[in-house]
Amino acid sequence: MKVSLFVTCLIDIFQTDVGLDTVELLERLGCEVDFPEMQTCCGQPAYNSGYVDKAKESMKHMINVFEHSEYVVTPSGSCGTMFREYPHVFKGDPVWEPRAQKLADKTYELTQFIVDVLGVEDVGAKLNGKATYHTSCHMTRLLGVKEAPMKLLNKVDGLEMKPLPHNYNCCGFGGTFSVKMSEISEQMVDEKVQSVEDSGAEILVGADCGCLMNIGGRIDRKGKPIKVMHIASVLNSR
Amino acid sequence: MAMKIGEKPFKERVSDGIGDLFMRGAVSSAQGRFRSGRLNAAEELGNWEDWRKLGEEIRTHTIENLDYYLELLSENVTKRGGHVFFAETAEEANEYITNVVKKNNGKKVVKSKSMVTEEINMNEALENAGCEVIESDLGEWILQVDDHDPPSHIVTPALHKNKEQIRDVFRDKLGYDKTEKPEELALFAREKLREEFLQADIGITGCNFAIAESGTISLVTNEGNARMVTTIPKTQITVMGMERIVPTWEEMEVLVSLLTRAAVGQKLTSYITALTGPKQVGEVDGPEEFHLVIVDNGRSKILGTAFQSILHCIRCAACINVCPVYRHVGGHSYGSIYPGPVGAVLTPLLGGYDEYKELPYASTLCAACTEACPVKIPLHEHLLRHRQGIVEKEGKAPVFENISMKAFSMGTASPSMYNIGSRLAPKALGAFVKDDKISDGPGPLKNWTEIRDFPAPKKDRFRDLYKKRKKERGE
Repeated sequence: MKVSLFVTCLIDIFQTDVGLDTVELLERLGCEVDFPEMQTCCGQPAYNSGYVDKAKESMKHMINVFEHSEYVVTPSGSCGTMFREYPHVFKGDPVWEPRAQKLADKTYELTQFIVDVLGVEDVGAKLNGKATYHTSCHMTRLLGVKEAPMKLLNKVDGLEMKPLPHNYNCCGFGGTFSVKMSEISEQMVDEKVQSVEDSGAEILVGADCGCLMNIGGRIDRKGKPIKVMHIASVLNSR
Repeated sequence: MAMKIGEKPFKERVSDGIGDLFMRGAVSSAQGRFRSGRLNAAEELGNWEDWRKLGEEIRTHTIENLDYYLELLSENVTKRGGHVFFAETAEEANEYITNVVKKNNGKKVVKSKSMVTEEINMNEALENAGCEVIESDLGEWILQVDDHDPPSHIVTPALHKNKEQIRDVFRDKLGYDKTEKPEELALFAREKLREEFLQADIGITGCNFAIAESGTISLVTNEGNARMVTTIPKTQITVMGMERIVPTWEEMEVLVSLLTRAAVGQKLTSYITALTGPKQVGEVDGPEEFHLVIVDNGRSKILGTAFQSILHCIRCAACINVCPVYRHVGGHSYGSIYPGPVGAVLTPLLGGYDEYKELPYASTLCAACTEACPVKIPLHEHLLRHRQGIVEKEGKAPVFENISMKAFSMGTASPSMYNIGSRLAPKALGAFVKDDKISDGPGPLKNWTEIRDFPAPKKDRFRDLYKKRKKERGE
């Protein structure tokens, strides 16, 4: 199966390992992975700040970049959601709405793709430890991917999954919210870190680098002995 | 009290909220109870998503045909001998209400809970006219006794107070000498309020749903106070926002089912009070005179805009009860009697961006509100729409943000610009990196690194590593 990787700008610049883990994982599952080099960012930072016209420029570019892909897979629930939102953004535009729809229809978040398209739940990963999973908001509520990550994590050999108390509450990232409303964001991320500690996990797993940068950054600052891992890296552990 | 509460700027209000640990404890425990209550009630009902869809359809249809249903309601109220007044502004509404009270020589008004009367600042107008106004909803009464502390929630207005604080309010203001046990507090309130009911000349209520086909006003309470307000005083005035209407009893039943479940997880509230005009010949109960005041106060300006669906709101507060921002800042931080996600959407529409431009940004767009709304209002999308309006139509965005978004657009719409930018990132931020992270970042990063570490940009980006990998594998 031919898969185009949409790696996201955060992973491209800050979390390169997650990108490599995603490629290796998909290849191991029999996919032929390509990386369209012209890709940039999904446009979400501008879109969510209200700069819709500016965001549309990035969006049009991304629609062009992935025009000929069979499947677009991304290790981010939030950026995947943004791609799925494109038709909504271009609603009524005779040229761009149908093109946006085509991209939306073939875009999948990584775990969603593995479980729903490849039909795999056991990827043969092995990782020892107690872990808990952060359900990121865009991925669960807007993209509707709730079960797939847990199905995959439950099959990881050696990994004991702990429930995360108040898992439905946002971690306080919210893109520019984290800097614009940093005082509120701090309270939210503090509560999230507390919940992670309360879960008894040694590893916090998530499927969105934004949330993980936020929670992980706070965990580091507070010097908590909790390891933060992207789900792609967990699933690529052997 | 008008819609606006307090004079402090947004940032100060938020700091006050965050610093109020009593309030935050009360809010987070209430959110837990309301949330599980709502989920259990929804599960018990079954087909919750179908019910939500039905609720959405009913509200969409009703608001699309609002003029028709308001006319029908007005006709039917008049037919039963009631008086109907359409108030375009808060002032018009207050003037009409004050005149009715004066004409009836009213000295004491007893009220059941109503957000719209808070919005139009009716109590103050009546008090200025020499009339005593008593709130009879327990939460509202507590706030009134506590020197008019503003409500912080639209269903449970005194949510920010715990039982010890309520005991202290009763003790300091009314000489209460018992404990903080809710039963004792409630009994005390009941005795006090019973006297007020018996003395009142005028009853004023809000309205959960007006039923157009019969000219009926329906009210949902757990305390029965609305029934007292609508049966004891000789004159009754009901004040409703113009969108608080359903076509027939059938839709009323659906929406009440959604309202009570979404609000507090109840199948039904203890009381559902329905009143159709004044007392008719041969009837024992009901007021001798009935006035219905239908308030616009900025609502009709929302009709026909992309924000129209905010008028679908049935004031259940489910969005408030799941909001992780509200959870930490509390209701007063919103500076409006309408807090939380619905408030962040509605308040700027009714009160303008000048006063309330921060509210649409007081959200992570986590969409918990949209998911919880029983009539499927896309609340987080409306927040986004506000941001768009503030940036593109009003030009009120900060200059720095404007510049960085221009840079963002240039950097992401063109791969060559992206390439340069992302390659420069490690160099530009290099001076700030220590132990592979940034703990004291420059510019906008400062707000981030004040509370958390930021990862250092990697020297080789993923795309560089990918290329290398491909080469190594001879691809």
